[in-house]
Amino acid sequence: MTDQTITVRFFARLREELGTEQLTLPAEGDQSVSDLLATLASRGGSWAQLQGSQPVMIAINQAMAKPGAPVRAGDEVAFFPPVTGG
Amino acid sequence: MISIQTADFDSGEEHKALRASGAGTGAIATFTGLVRDSGDTQGVSGLFLEHYPGMTEQVISGLIEEASRRWDVRKVRVIHRVGRLLLQDQIVFVGVCSSHRGDAFAACEFIMDALKTSAPFWKKELSESGEHWVEQKASDVARGKAWDK
Repeated sequence: MTDQTITVRFFARLREELGTEQLTLPAEGDQSVSDLLATLASRGGSWAQLQGSQPVMIAINQAMAKPGAPVRAGDEVAFFPPVTGG
Repeated sequence: MISIQTADFDSGEEHKALRASGAGTGAIATFTGLVRDSGDTQGVSGLFLEHYPGMTEQVISGLIEEASRRWDVRKVRVIHRVGRLLLQDQIVFVGVCSSHRGDAFAACEFIMDALKTSAPFWKKELSESGEHWVEQKASDVARGKAWDK
């Protein structure tokens, strides 16, 4: 049986402010990252920042992605603030 | 070779390993980054470093491949620490072996600049006034972009 869910992960400041490291959501047909962000932001409270003025970086299956990218069943989508390593 | 680790590293040992990269190596450039006392906040006593396991290694591996396409690169070593670090602790090591110094310097600087703006690491500064997630700096973004061509 194929995986009909998507895994959503959060890192750093977003992880702390949302109080969430990981979510499993049902996969919707023809969904983009923007759609996923809108769904999550509609939870209100600190989730609204996912559509706020602060930049949110996106990775799909551990590669950087753009908001228009499609999200498919089995994908791992990650949201995080701009990176600050080194 | 890429290592993401909580443990400290010995840059002397790393340099020795880079020297063993073959008789064609004529230059080694290395960079070591340390925890300093002032960043976004003053009186920094340490850092907490978070990363995205798996993606981090993939991104750095891609940077090494790109460096190897653009310059004469014979061997690359990248170490990045994660977890709790104290003032003056070593954070990151990049070492590049090449035939000549120009390529060694350029590849080392490129990998470091690109790592700062594309590898999924996040720093939180710890100080007497509390904790503070470090903001990405425009100057770092500009340095990363300067390598695009």
